[in-house]
Amino acid sequence: MNYVMPGVSFPNLFWITFPETILEVVSLVVLVVDLGFLRKRSLAFRMTAAGALGIIGCLNAIGWLAAHSAPMALGDALVSGPIVVAAQVGILALTVLVLLLSLREEFSRNPGEFVAIVLLATTGMMLVTAARDLLVIFVALELLSLSLYVLAAFAKNRAESAESALKYYLFGGTSAALMLFGFSYLYGLTGTTSLLGIASALATGVASPLLIVALVMVAAGLGFKVAAFPFHLWAPDTYQGAPAPVAALIASGSKVASFAVLVAVTSALVTTRTSAGGASWVVLLLWMAGASIVLGNLAALVQTSVRRLLAYSAIAHAGYMLLGIAAHTVQSGTAVLYYALTYAVTTVGAFGVIAIVERGVGSATLDSFAGLSRRNPLLAGAMLVFLLSLAGIPPLIGFWAKFNLFSAVLRAQTAGAWGLGMVALALGASAVSLYYYLQVLKRVYVVKPVSDEPLAVSPIELGTLLFIALAVVGMGILPGLLGQWIPLG
Amino acid sequence: MSSVLTILTILPIIGAAVALFAGARARALAMVTSLAALAFALWIWLSIGFSGQMAFVERSAWVPALGIEYHLGADGLGGLMLLLAALVTYMAIDASKRVTARPGLYFALVLLLESGLFGTFTALNFFHWFLFWELSLIPAFFLIKLWGGEKRGPAATQFFVYTMVGSVALLLSFVALYVATGTMDFEELTRLAAWGILPGLIQTHLGPVALWLALGVLLGFAVKVPLMPFHTWLPATYSEAPTAVTMLLTGAMSKMGVYGLLRLALPIFGHEYAQIRTPLLVLAVLTVVAGAWAAAVQKDLKRIFAYSSVNHLGYCLLAIFAVAIPSPGGSDAALNLSQTAALDGVILQMFNHGLTAAAIFWFLTFLEERSGGDLRLDSFGGLRKPAPIFCGLMGIALFSSLGLPGLNGFVSEFLIFRGAFPLAWQAATVAVLGLLITAAVILTVIQRVFLGPLPEKWIAFPDLTRGEQLAVAPVLALMLLLGLAPNLILATVNPAVMHLLAGWRF
Amino acid sequence: MLAYTIYLSFAGALALAVLPRAGSQFARVFALLVAIAGLAVGLAGFISAGTGGAVAVADLAWIPGMGIHYTLAADGISRVLVLLTGLAAVAGILFSWTVSERTNEFFAFFLALIGGVYGVFLSVDLFLLFVFYEIAIVPKYFLIAIWGSTRREYGAMKLALYSFAGSAMVLIGLLAAYATAGAHTMDLHTLAAYPFPVSFQMWAFPLVFVGFAILAGMWPFHTWAPTGHVAAPTAASMLLAGVVMKLGAYGCLRVAMTLFPHGLDPWGFSLLGIGSWRTVFALFAVIGIVYGAAVALVQNDFKFVIGYSSVSHMGLVLLGLLTLTQIGIDGAVLQMFSHGVLAGLLFAVVGRIVYERTHTRDLNALSKLQLGRAMPFAAAVFVIAGMASMGLPGFSGFVAEIQVLIGAWYAFPWFAVVAGVGIVVGVAYTWRALQRVFFSDLPAVGPGGEDVPVPRYDPITWPEIAGVLLLAGSSLLIGVYPRLLLDVITPAVQALPHLLLTGGRP
Repeated sequence: MNYVMPGVSFPNLFWITFPETILEVVSLVVLVVDLGFLRKRSLAFRMTAAGALGIIGCLNAIGWLAAHSAPMALGDALVSGPIVVAAQVGILALTVLVLLLSLREEFSRNPGEFVAIVLLATTGMMLVTAARDLLVIFVALELLSLSLYVLAAFAKNRAESAESALKYYLFGGTSAALMLFGFSYLYGLTGTTSLLGIASALATGVASPLLIVALVMVAAGLGFKVAAFPFHLWAPDTYQGAPAPVAALIASGSKVASFAVLVAVTSALVTTRTSAGGASWVVLLLWMAGASIVLGNLAALVQTSVRRLLAYSAIAHAGYMLLGIAAHTVQSGTAVLYYALTYAVTTVGAFGVIAIVERGVGSATLDSFAGLSRRNPLLAGAMLVFLLSLAGIPPLIGFWAKFNLFSAVLRAQTAGAWGLGMVALALGASAVSLYYYLQVLKRVYVVKPVSDEPLAVSPIELGTLLFIALAVVGMGILPGLLGQWIPLG
Repeated sequence: MSSVLTILTILPIIGAAVALFAGARARALAMVTSLAALAFALWIWLSIGFSGQMAFVERSAWVPALGIEYHLGADGLGGLMLLLAALVTYMAIDASKRVTARPGLYFALVLLLESGLFGTFTALNFFHWFLFWELSLIPAFFLIKLWGGEKRGPAATQFFVYTMVGSVALLLSFVALYVATGTMDFEELTRLAAWGILPGLIQTHLGPVALWLALGVLLGFAVKVPLMPFHTWLPATYSEAPTAVTMLLTGAMSKMGVYGLLRLALPIFGHEYAQIRTPLLVLAVLTVVAGAWAAAVQKDLKRIFAYSSVNHLGYCLLAIFAVAIPSPGGSDAALNLSQTAALDGVILQMFNHGLTAAAIFWFLTFLEERSGGDLRLDSFGGLRKPAPIFCGLMGIALFSSLGLPGLNGFVSEFLIFRGAFPLAWQAATVAVLGLLITAAVILTVIQRVFLGPLPEKWIAFPDLTRGEQLAVAPVLALMLLLGLAPNLILATVNPAVMHLLAGWRF
Repeated sequence: MLAYTIYLSFAGALALAVLPRAGSQFARVFALLVAIAGLAVGLAGFISAGTGGAVAVADLAWIPGMGIHYTLAADGISRVLVLLTGLAAVAGILFSWTVSERTNEFFAFFLALIGGVYGVFLSVDLFLLFVFYEIAIVPKYFLIAIWGSTRREYGAMKLALYSFAGSAMVLIGLLAAYATAGAHTMDLHTLAAYPFPVSFQMWAFPLVFVGFAILAGMWPFHTWAPTGHVAAPTAASMLLAGVVMKLGAYGCLRVAMTLFPHGLDPWGFSLLGIGSWRTVFALFAVIGIVYGAAVALVQNDFKFVIGYSSVSHMGLVLLGLLTLTQIGIDGAVLQMFSHGVLAGLLFAVVGRIVYERTHTRDLNALSKLQLGRAMPFAAAVFVIAGMASMGLPGFSGFVAEIQVLIGAWYAFPWFAVVAGVGIVVGVAYTWRALQRVFFSDLPAVGPGGEDVPVPRYDPITWPEIAGVLLLAGSSLLIGVYPRLLLDVITPAVQALPHLLLTGGRP
């Protein structure tokens, strides 16, 4: 029998996924152009061409989204609306930045494939953000994850790239399987895969043990994507081993998308006070959040590799954002998105600097950054901005994002019991985090460099990094800039 | 409202600032400044008049939040002290001929000290008074520390610590007074005490601590005068300080203590002192007798006269404590007369002793110069032969210190005993011992230094030069003049004393 | 107009950061001009506002959705502290004239720190205040870590982490207040008027107070201060002790005590005589006064002496704030100004004048160097600064300390006594340092009669003289005429009626 979901028609589907289609088309174009026409050219040229095409595609998608941000829905499966569009635009912008920073990278002999898979990953991210049906979520997440597994292994001349990809894949595959299992239980319990349906089905009733199991497994899957404790074990190795642009992408866009879906899932599971399992879900999130905050910050204190340091700090930041999700109000959800986007932009910048240092000095340990302020003052200044923003020092955007998030948590009615305590924990941990960010900055500004020769960096990379730094400062001084699309307060 | 007193106080500061950079000419500059100040002080003294009231009063708000006003004035008491301070400073500067190390700083500090003295003697509000009290401490400390003798370090430190402790006690007592009364003005506090309101105010705001406050104030001055047993800093300090500085210390700075008792302590806390009069009198008598006795056993001339100073000022203390008699209610003319005489004597003694002691130490500088720094009593003898003028002139000063009638020292000691005998005859009787012992001491000094066998090395002892004679002559003439015509001073001081006494209540 | 103090400083910092290869001399002169401009603006604002109330400086909507405004205003307290910042900034730059390594970055961080400090003193929106407060943390870290001396990286990190932890505590309190009050505004006055439940205030007050008090160096959270001061280069120490610690005290007054006044109320029960947060923190403050002074007394590193003395003086400030009397809070604000200037002067002597020439801060080593003769200028300046820091009348500290003690007497009589003891210990450690470093009594003449040679050091430069004149002159001016500041402070304190909860004569 032909079952047609209400509200779903091919024109509707096409319309709502137009930006994703753009990306897919462009990825194919990139493959064709690169493998078809540019085989004989130099690697640098090919990379530049592929990257440029990818950037153009993303910009087109952004343009389309900006023009078509009215709310619409594809049945219960996909939605679009101002917030979703904002998130998607953000993701696309992050991809653009990552591509800009990878234009000069030489880790891969397959530039066309690289860009194409990046675009596919982006497609997955965008779909994840818009998805409101369990299966669509799963498919989109898999698209994203599989692309990222492949991308992580792209630096074929480094063993740790392959190792990191393998770890990522094994871990990711397991948690995807768990998540699917959890989804299947949810379907079994509620009879529907759409989040709306699940929300109404679970609105009343008692949480059965089956439901709890389902929730735990879903949490495992989603927790893996956002690198929250105890599903974080892949993060340090992957951040360390993957090529720098890929690590940037994993740390930025993938996080944004994953948090978007977490918000959606949470709002489905915890609709009312009496939602069956709602309380349990919140408790799960809180445990994950608290443990991530503590573990992430403590582990970062002892790292000597800046990449691993950023990985553990990413775990901590995931913890902060999980607090916002646990508060499950509309404001806290927007605040989480705000935090995720600004955090992502800053992280892209940080990884950009790391990539340059790695290329120039050979590794990305703390000592490699020694004397960066002498060797390249602009780069050092950019790193100062990024790391201080991550620490939450005003007037940078990171401070804003934290303030917004924590005030939303405190104002959430439902957060009465645990809100203050967790916010206090988070702020205390932030204070600790300043220590390890300052360790990097100490090397950059205080320690004398081993060699005084200036660190080479191409204009495109420098320009991109300065642009990001200016954005971080600018948005920090005038948070309303971003607040136009993602409302504050 | 005149600003005469302000100008007088600022004059030495300006002089100090200029002298600091004047190098070798600092002494001349300091001389000029001190002479100008002397002339000014003399003019002020002569203009005060015989009414006994405060003259040249300046009064304006300063820090109302703490009851601090800029209130200056000079009556017979204050004016005389100004004159004394100016005179002694001049004498000290003249005696500082041989300061070769950093003269600019030396004379600047001396002038700053003079300014501190002027400020203290004209202040009528505690803050201003305390400011200059402390201000005089710093230059004194450095003068001792930087130009003093071998053991100057510990001496200076001891001087500083003792005076500081006294100052802190003073400060705390006056801050407490402010908390209780809301004012720091001496005249207002005196009025409150005279009307009997003060103890009540203290009780209300602070509790039963009036006696403690009185003792605190007393401690500050007891260290300065000094009153035994708070005198232990004095011998070392007077001895290690350069002799010219000792002139300042004994001539003027010790008078700050007595002045403080007369201006602050007695008017405000007279009632409390009257209640512990006997122990105070005992201490005063101890100061007199033990001071003289200690002078008698010293072997160094500076130390002899250091202890002698303790003795001479002990008479002032005796008289002051004797005056604090609980009033029998109703005015008693005889009592009043004795009190007036005693206080007249005290004030006169301050001036006379200041003059005399400074003069004696001045002569000691001459002796020091010629003997290469040696001032041991045993080193000298028979100097009458090679240096008759020196011995003659120094003899005048020494006899004045002894209290020979015809010289200034006699009048003041006479007045003190005239006043103290009716008020506290036991104490006065014992204090007479001090007179006797002092006489013995002075005569011994004369005998051992001027008379007796002349040691080989002093055969060519140079006499006073013309310049030196001309410098000391006016001072000695003044001693004679005041001995024969004490009314020159008493005419202004007596009305002031009567005016003050009328406003006090014990 | 006062907002330009902030803008000029940040613009200057940015300019210096962005012009990397400009010469050292250019950087210094440029920074000095910027700082002088800031001082001029602050002074103009101070004079034009006179003794009036709060002056609105700026008010822009910033994040309307969250009710956060860019609001700047300056009441009397803020104007005084802005003036202090200007003085400290100019003096700091003058005393850093010889920084030759990475000069642009040094002055860029310096100006950024100054800008942040100006911002805190001028902010009325709490969020804005917090932003400026945090902005000031990072430049401090780099100033110490790059240009500091003893254990600089450790000292810098400790300072940064302590400050950040304190500000995290403050942020928690602010967020909670913001959320509880309906999250429409962060305006200080509006939030202060909001009736927070007393139970809420009882935990929010100590949290925010301690958060700020960490930066003010309150015992037992003070341990960053001596380490940080010693590690920091001279200008940073001057700023840290002079201005940054005042940020903490200001925050205690302006944020903690204003927003949550009922946090100071008695708890209803008492533990060992302590019955309210007010008593707890007053006790900590008093312990800080005595502990800081006692520890300073036994230090062997010259800079540590001054570092611990800062802890002691800030304890006095906090005590004054907690007396909740007009006179106590007046005194606390005046002491903030006075200590700011004097701490700058002391660190300048220790760090710039002495250390840069002798390359040692060890008191034992310094005592062998005859610095009293070798560096007369430094000796004179340290005498003046030391006397002023001891609380000598005539300098700014005296009136402030008296006011705090009187206020403390009304509120916690026993604490006032202990604080007084601490001040006396303050005299002792200053004395000890002065003796050991400058006047260590080494003979000026050697055994054979020859002059003991004095070590020669680089001469005093004009920036040092200018800096000394600026700071010492300010202290002297305010000491002699404190009304210049008190007349501005008193109305501002009177406008905090909910704070003056206790009676007693103001």
